[in-house]
Amino acid sequence: MMVAILTQIPIPKDIPLPLPLPEWLLVFILVFSFLLHILFINLMVGSSILTFWYELRGKKNNDYDRLAREIATTITVNKSLAVVLGVAPLLSINVLYTLHFYSSNTLTGNIWISIVPWVAVAFLLFYLHKYSWDRLADNKPLHLSILGAGVMSFLLIPFIFLTNINLMLFPEKWGEIQGFFDALTLPNVFPRYFHFVTACMAVTGLFLAWWFGRKKFRMEGRFENLTKAEIKKQMLNLALAATGLQFIFGPLLFLTLPAKGVTWGLFWVILAGATIAVIVLVQLWKILNKKTQIPGKRFYLVLVLFSFLVAFMGTGRHLYRENALKTHKKMMAERTAAHWEAVRKAHENLLLPEIETEKESAFPGQDIFQTNCAVCHAATTRLVGPPMTEASEVYQNDISGLKQWIKKPGRKRLDYPVMTGFPQFTDQQLTDVANYVLEEKWN
Amino acid sequence: MDFPLFHLDFMGNRMLVAIIAILHVLINHALAVGFAPLVTVLEFRGYLKSKTKPNEGKAWDEMARKLMFFAFIITTSVGALTGVGIWFATSLANPASLGSLIRVFYFAWFTEWIIFVLEVIFIMIYFLTWKRSNESPRRKRQHILFGVWLSIFSWLTMAIIVGILAFMMDPGSWVEKKSLVSGFLNPIYLPQLIFRTPVAMMMAGCVALMVTAYVMKKQNTWKTGIMKYISFWILLWMPLAASGAFIYYWHIPRVMIGNLPVAIGTQQFQNWYGSLVTVMIVVISIGFLVGILGTFSPRRLPKHLLIIPVISSFLFLGVFERLREFIRKPYVIGEYMYANGILVEEYPLYQQTGLLKHTPYSALSEITEENKLPAGEAVFTLTCTRCHTTHGINSVVKRFELMYGTETPLNEEAMKTYMKNMHNVRYYMPPFPGNDEELGALAAWIAEQQRNPKTLEGPQIKGVEVKEIEYKLQNLEK
Repeated sequence: MMVAILTQIPIPKDIPLPLPLPEWLLVFILVFSFLLHILFINLMVGSSILTFWYELRGKKNNDYDRLAREIATTITVNKSLAVVLGVAPLLSINVLYTLHFYSSNTLTGNIWISIVPWVAVAFLLFYLHKYSWDRLADNKPLHLSILGAGVMSFLLIPFIFLTNINLMLFPEKWGEIQGFFDALTLPNVFPRYFHFVTACMAVTGLFLAWWFGRKKFRMEGRFENLTKAEIKKQMLNLALAATGLQFIFGPLLFLTLPAKGVTWGLFWVILAGATIAVIVLVQLWKILNKKTQIPGKRFYLVLVLFSFLVAFMGTGRHLYRENALKTHKKMMAERTAAHWEAVRKAHENLLLPEIETEKESAFPGQDIFQTNCAVCHAATTRLVGPPMTEASEVYQNDISGLKQWIKKPGRKRLDYPVMTGFPQFTDQQLTDVANYVLEEKWN
Repeated sequence: MDFPLFHLDFMGNRMLVAIIAILHVLINHALAVGFAPLVTVLEFRGYLKSKTKPNEGKAWDEMARKLMFFAFIITTSVGALTGVGIWFATSLANPASLGSLIRVFYFAWFTEWIIFVLEVIFIMIYFLTWKRSNESPRRKRQHILFGVWLSIFSWLTMAIIVGILAFMMDPGSWVEKKSLVSGFLNPIYLPQLIFRTPVAMMMAGCVALMVTAYVMKKQNTWKTGIMKYISFWILLWMPLAASGAFIYYWHIPRVMIGNLPVAIGTQQFQNWYGSLVTVMIVVISIGFLVGILGTFSPRRLPKHLLIIPVISSFLFLGVFERLREFIRKPYVIGEYMYANGILVEEYPLYQQTGLLKHTPYSALSEITEENKLPAGEAVFTLTCTRCHTTHGINSVVKRFELMYGTETPLNEEAMKTYMKNMHNVRYYMPPFPGNDEELGALAAWIAEQQRNPKTLEGPQIKGVEVKEIEYKLQNLEK
């Protein structure tokens, strides 16, 4: 039975070129490189927030100012890697979801493109902050404001990415969205955001616990009272608290997902991730209480578990996208096939003998005139060039002059644009068209 | 046709791409491709000098580090972001074109990405370990080696991207074969690379000379020596840049003119092309003068005048980039896709049945007397907005007024005739892709725009209209 429905969902045609790699491989590259990218984004955002926090505390305790400075040095490296590692997932999502991704980019276009100058300025602010630490030591409010502007940027810019990546999942909403702020209010953007920022803190906590825990990192002479153990404790506490908070933001995100992409498969993948998260929490708790060495065996175990956790969540994220767009992609594929069939037919139509050729024009020059000259010249009125009544009068007894002019025109009238020449015409064509111009009754 | 089409009604989409792209090319050529080897050479000279004259060696090393600091800050912020920005902007300006290019060039871009990652890693190692490298000669040698690697990878990123650029100008045999390698082996690839490499070196020299002049104190005994050396660097690359430019200049028309759909194009192209010679001669002479003066009498170099070679070499590159863009028309991907984002192959269908039916992003399909104006606007959006605005840069109304004058209102019939055949006389214009009714609606809408000018907002502000279609559910359940 055929049931026809009226739909307001835009169903575009896909790009008629094959994918450069098998789809599963592209998906793997997309998920893997995205996780790598987001790892450094997490470190960049998390460290910048921590730098701000510790520099603020540093006003009372000099040790924290130094700690902030140490954390700030990691931002330069992490932010550069974050940007460059973003290219691979961008490339892959461009290939796999060309129509969906570009459409949502366009619908939020003004804000989307503002990412470019905004992130560049934010990076410059971080450099300014880093390299003016000594010079602005006496002007902490200014130094902190520079950092504050950078941190605010890092906290706001993710909204743009999340809004886009969310909007691309809902073609049925594309017709209703008027600009970025409309798209921002679609369900799920804010839960995604809190999930992201909390992840930044968890990842950064783990990273810095390792960074300051390394044997190579020397404390002597840098800090007055702050000890390695104390820094590690603070960082792990942060990781623990943030991972714990995900048990609020995670379910919130899952429950607010529009139902169309939620499947049991997705549920199990997310549940597996959440189970690992519980183990991570327990292990972190043990490290904190037993004062285990970092980096040490248990710490590496946590890192491995954490990688699995992230891999599950990344897979879940992709599954949802794939499920949510499944129907739409199918509709697109059918529409594309039908379209190319129509294109083929249109090409066949071109090959049909034209009926018009029957009525051969009195002058062979007429056709040439219609396609080349009529663009700018009418019979009695001025268009781009002067009317034909004038032209035919000027050249009444001078066909070779007219031919010469058509081939390579000069400039006669200052109030007209210069005429385009037709050096490609053969002498026969020139004769034909000139005859037509001179013999046609223009009035 | 199949994307909502981002539109900036004042500056136009192309200007957005141009600003981001030119900024990126300048930073990439001058501060990455050219700077890395220049700074490495300066550091190496400093290392050699430090064996006999430690103070002089230190001054050279310090200046090289300062130059690298400058390049490091700019390339890893504005440089990196404008690089990504070209993608963002191009995908907004012409999504169909970028979407197709990425499918063809996935591997090239993926390789480019790996080299990018290595370049970023090397630039960070190179700059961030500089101070520590002064601890021992062994470390210094190692550090210089990193400079060499950075130079190689910076150059490689350019070598790959140039392949993609060259492809867009001249698809070579790609249209038949549709493979990656054939895109890369196209005839304009090598001339471009031969041109860009020495120009990048020369530009780096001009920027470094200016920075050194401002950063180093006059009293510094070693300043003249360094200035002299950088000037000599410029002078050394100048003949190569000039001949590279000439080779490129010589190759373009030979490849391009064959591609022009009608020979008339050559005439319009000639005018443009002619002005290039002037630019080339002026810029190269300025560079030459500065190079000579700096090499033989660096003390006489006036500091503020050093901005001139920097600006003029930027201008030089800018003109070439503009030319590249210009000669690509009317296509965005040669012989495959027109600048309006519509495939050459799809033209017969659209011209026979009309465009509007085939886009999901217009509520209209058939044109009637009542919906003529909104239909005209939809046709304008689909076929013209990749390059034209209503009243801003490259305004469609202004274009017609320039041809027909403003004494009388624009004549719809005349515009219709013109647009139907314009590709015959304006070679850079793609043929009109719709049917006659759509052409009429477009002409009516343009005439209306002249009478009552109104800004045409893009979908990023006013959203998109979606066509209501009938869809057979059965297909879905299969």
